[in-house]
Amino acid sequence: MTVRTIGGICLLSLLLLLAPLRALAEGEQEVYSQAAELLMSRGFDEKGQAIQLLADNNHPQTQLILTLLMDSRLYYNKEDDRLYQIDDYDSGKPAISITTGDRLVIEKKRDFKKITLNNQLRSQVRQIQAELGLKASDLSRRLAAVRAMLGSMDSDTLSLVRKAYAGEQSAAVREVMQVAIAIGELPRADEARARDAIDTLGGSLEPDARNALSQFASATDSKALKAAAEKALAEIEQRTNLYGGIETLYFGLSLGSVLVLAGIGLAITFGVMGVINMAHGELIMLGAYTTYVIQQLMPNHIGLSLIVAIPCAFLVSALVGIAIERGVIRFLYGRPLETLLATFGISLVLQQAVRTIFSPLNRSVETPEWMSGLIEINPVLSLTTSRLYIILFCLMVFFALLLVLKRTSLGLQVRAVSQNRAMARAMGVRSEWVDALTFGLGSGVAGVAGVALSQLTNVGPNLGQAYIIDSFMVVVFGGVGNLWGTLVAGLSLGVANKVLEPWAGAVLAKILVLVFIILFIQKRPRGLFPQRGRAAEG
Amino acid sequence: MRMKKLAAGVALGLGASMLSFAALAADTIKVGVLHSLSGTMAISETTLKDTMLMLIDEQNKKGGLLGKQLEAVVVDPASNWPLFAEKARELIEKDKVSAVFGCWTSVSRKSVLPVFEELNSILFYPVQYEGEESSKNVFYTGAAPNQQAIPAVDYLKNELGVERWVLAGTDYVYPRTTNKILEAYLKSMGVAESDIMINYTPFGHSDWQSIVSDIKKFGAEGKKTAVVSTINGDANVPFYKELGAQGVTADSIPVVAFSVGEEELAGIDTAPLVGHLAAWNYFMSVDSEQNDEFIESWHKFIKNEDRVTNDPMEASYIGFNMWVEAVKKAGTTDPAAVQDALIGVAVPNLTGGYATMMPNHHIAKPVLIGEIQDDGQFAVVSSTPGTVVGDAWSDYLEGSKDIVSDWRAPLACGNYNVKTGKCSGQNF
Repeated sequence: MTVRTIGGICLLSLLLLLAPLRALAEGEQEVYSQAAELLMSRGFDEKGQAIQLLADNNHPQTQLILTLLMDSRLYYNKEDDRLYQIDDYDSGKPAISITTGDRLVIEKKRDFKKITLNNQLRSQVRQIQAELGLKASDLSRRLAAVRAMLGSMDSDTLSLVRKAYAGEQSAAVREVMQVAIAIGELPRADEARARDAIDTLGGSLEPDARNALSQFASATDSKALKAAAEKALAEIEQRTNLYGGIETLYFGLSLGSVLVLAGIGLAITFGVMGVINMAHGELIMLGAYTTYVIQQLMPNHIGLSLIVAIPCAFLVSALVGIAIERGVIRFLYGRPLETLLATFGISLVLQQAVRTIFSPLNRSVETPEWMSGLIEINPVLSLTTSRLYIILFCLMVFFALLLVLKRTSLGLQVRAVSQNRAMARAMGVRSEWVDALTFGLGSGVAGVAGVALSQLTNVGPNLGQAYIIDSFMVVVFGGVGNLWGTLVAGLSLGVANKVLEPWAGAVLAKILVLVFIILFIQKRPRGLFPQRGRAAEG
Repeated sequence: MRMKKLAAGVALGLGASMLSFAALAADTIKVGVLHSLSGTMAISETTLKDTMLMLIDEQNKKGGLLGKQLEAVVVDPASNWPLFAEKARELIEKDKVSAVFGCWTSVSRKSVLPVFEELNSILFYPVQYEGEESSKNVFYTGAAPNQQAIPAVDYLKNELGVERWVLAGTDYVYPRTTNKILEAYLKSMGVAESDIMINYTPFGHSDWQSIVSDIKKFGAEGKKTAVVSTINGDANVPFYKELGAQGVTADSIPVVAFSVGEEELAGIDTAPLVGHLAAWNYFMSVDSEQNDEFIESWHKFIKNEDRVTNDPMEASYIGFNMWVEAVKKAGTTDPAAVQDALIGVAVPNLTGGYATMMPNHHIAKPVLIGEIQDDGQFAVVSSTPGTVVGDAWSDYLEGSKDIVSDWRAPLACGNYNVKTGKCSGQNF
C-alpha cells in the first residue's frame, strides 16, 4: 500500500505541475465529491478507497479530513449529503461544513451521522498522516512521522526520508531519520555502508532498529557482518535490560504508593488506636464515590473536580468514620474480636448502601487530560503520567499526615493517648474526643486514597474489598503504630511484587510476597520498625 | 438411617401429593430467577434479573401461557456458590417452579448442576462459557468457545494479519479452558510456540503495569500482535486504563475481549478503548426490527433511557422464548416433556435471524465482531455469514474431540465417545 501511495503521490504531483491551474481546481472538486460519496457509504472498504483517493490526489483538504476522522469528529448530514465537522454532537451545537466552512445549527441529532473507522482504516490513515507529517512544521509531528515509518522502510520511503533528511534542521529528528535510513539501507548496502548502518542501529533503542538488525543477522552471508550485527544486538539487549530494570523499579514504586495510600489511614486507626477496622476499604470506596459525585456536579471541569474532590472525600469519609467510632467502636474498645465482627458488618452495610444508592454497576470516573499520557525518556523507557502523579500524591499525603501527628496539638494528644491513655487523661486530655478525631483522621485519609484509586481502578461497590487485605499487610509488615514503617513497607512490597512478577507471573508473585510476610512476621512479630518503650509492651 | 429414609419417603410422598394438588389449584405458572442481587456478581446479574421480569411481564400481557399467568420467583444467591445450590433446591422443591433462569459464573452453574439433575428440572444458562459440558437438564443459550473465541481469532488472523498472540486471562476455569482450546487451535494453524504468550492474573487484579509493558515488548518484535482477553469483570477497567496510559492503541496491538460488553463499558471512560474489539453474538447497535423493539421495551420497563442492552440479555430473551414455545408445543410445563420439546424449537433472535435449540442443548448463533466506539457502543466490523452451531465438546482438545452430545432418543447422552462407543453418563 505504501509503495503505491508514494508512487501515486509522486506521479500525481508531476501531472499536477503540468496541468493548467483551472483544471486542477475542477479535478479537485471531482475528487472531493467522489471521496465524500465513498466516505458516506456504510462499508469500510469504500471508506478506505475514499481515504486513498484523497491521499493519492494530494487534495488540500486531506489533512483536515484525516484528522477529523481520527478524532471521530467527521459527520455527514443525511439531508444534504455533505460532510460536516462537529466538535460537540448535541442539538443546538454548530456543525461546520468541510467545503464551504458554513456553520449550521444541529436541529435534530439524528440528521447527522458519524463516519466511523475500524482498525485497518486507522492504520491506513496513520500511515498517510506520517507521510504528510514529514513536511509538517511542528517538530513533534515530524518526529512522530519518522518513527511511524520505521517499521515499513523500503526503497520508496527511503528516498522520501533521505530527501527530508537533507532539509531537516532539528538534531532530534535527524537522529531518528538516520536510524530510518540505516534500516532502509541495511539489506541493500555494500559491506562498508552496511557496517555504518549496523553502527547507527546499534546505538539506537528503537524496537524497529533491533528487528532490522536481527533480521539482517539471520539473512546475511557475510560472517564478519553477521558478527558485527550480533555484537550490536547484544549491546542493545544490555541497555534494554538496564532500562527494563528502571521501568520495573518505577512500576514497583507506583504500586507501592497505591499500597501506602490505601494503608496509611489504617496505620492510624489500627496502628495508633489499635482498632481492627474491617470497614477501612469501604471508607476508601466512599472517597472514590465522592470523586464520582463531584465530577457529576462539575462535568466541564474534570481536572478541577479532582482537586475539589480531595477535601470533599476527606470530609465525607471522616464524618462516616467518626459516626462509626461514636456509634459502634467506642463501646467495643479492648474487645478486638467483637470490633472485627462489628466493623465487618459495617463494611457489608456500606457496600449494600452504595449498591442501593448508586446501583451495583461500576461508575465511570474520567481521567483529566493532564493526568493521561506518557513521559517518553527513550524508545524503551517511558513513564506513565498518571502513576507519577500517584507517587507524588502519596508522598504529599504521607508528609502532611506526618506533620499533623508531629507538629500539631491534635497530633500531640493522639500520640499521648495512644502511648498511655490513663496518663494522658490525668494530664487533662479528653481521650474520647481524641479517639473520635483520630478515627476521623484515619478514615478521612482513606477517603483521600479513594480519590487516587478512582483514577486507576473501578469505582464500584467492591472497590474496598480489593484493598483491605493489602492495607493490613502493609501496616503489619511496617510495624504497627509507625508511619515511616508503613511507607517503607508499602514501597518495598510494591517493588518486590513487581520484581517477582515477570518471572513468576502475577498470581505466584502475590503468593510469594504473602509467604515472605508470614515468614518475616514469625521472625519479627512487631514488623520492620517496632514501637519501643514501656507502653508498647503492655 | 432407616428412620431417615422413611422420613424422606414420607416427605417425598407428601411433596408429590402436594404437587398434584398445587398443580390443580394453582392458576399461575411459576418461573424461578436465580441471579445474584448482592455480592461481587451483582454488577452483572441484576440486569438479567430485570430482563427476566420484563420478559415474564410481557408474556403475561400477551395472555400468559397455557391460559395461565406466569409468576416470577426471584431469589438472591448473593454471589455465594454453595448458596446457589441451596436456592436452586428451594426454588424447585418449595416453590415448585417449572423452569429456572439463572447463574452467571461457571462455578455457580457447576454448583447447581447436581440439584437440577437430581430433581430433574430445567435450567436456562444465558452466559458465554468454556464448553466441555452438556447436561440433560441445562440449556445453554450463551456462546460455546466455537461461537465466540475461535471466530474472533479467525478474524484477527485473516483480516488483521495477526501473527503473534497474547492470551491473557483471569485465573479460573473459563479462561484456562478457553485458552487451552485457543492454544491448540493456533498451533494447529502453524503458529509457533514462541509466538504465543499466555498470562493469568488473579481475580480483580488492579495493577497491570508490568503485564502491559510485557505485552508492549512482545508486540514490538516486528510481527503484528493481538491480545485475546478472557479477563473477567472488574479487572478489565484497570487493564484498559493501563493500555491507554502506556500508549497501546487498537491499531498497534488490538485487544479482543470475550467478557467486555455494553454494560461493562458503561462504567468505563471509553476514550482510551476506541478500536479495541469484542466478540459476541449480539450488540446493542445491531440494526434489526426485533432489536429496536427489545431496546424500546427495556427502556420502558427499566424507566431509564440510558440503560444499555447486552449479549447475555439476548441469551435470556432467546432462552425464555424457547421455553415458552416448548411449553406450548408440549402442552404442559412438566420438565421431562418440556426437555424433549425444547430440542428443535426455533425462535427469532435479536440480530434478525433465528436461534434453534440443538440436540446437544446448545443453540445456533451468529458471531459478530465489534469495535468499541467512543460512545460505549460497538460498531460491527465482521459477522459470520450464517449461524454457528454451539459445540459442547471442543474439537481441538485431546480427550474431548471424540465426544459428542445428543440428547434425543435413542442416544440420549451428553458425552458419547464415538471411538469407544460408550456413554459415560452424567459424570464429567
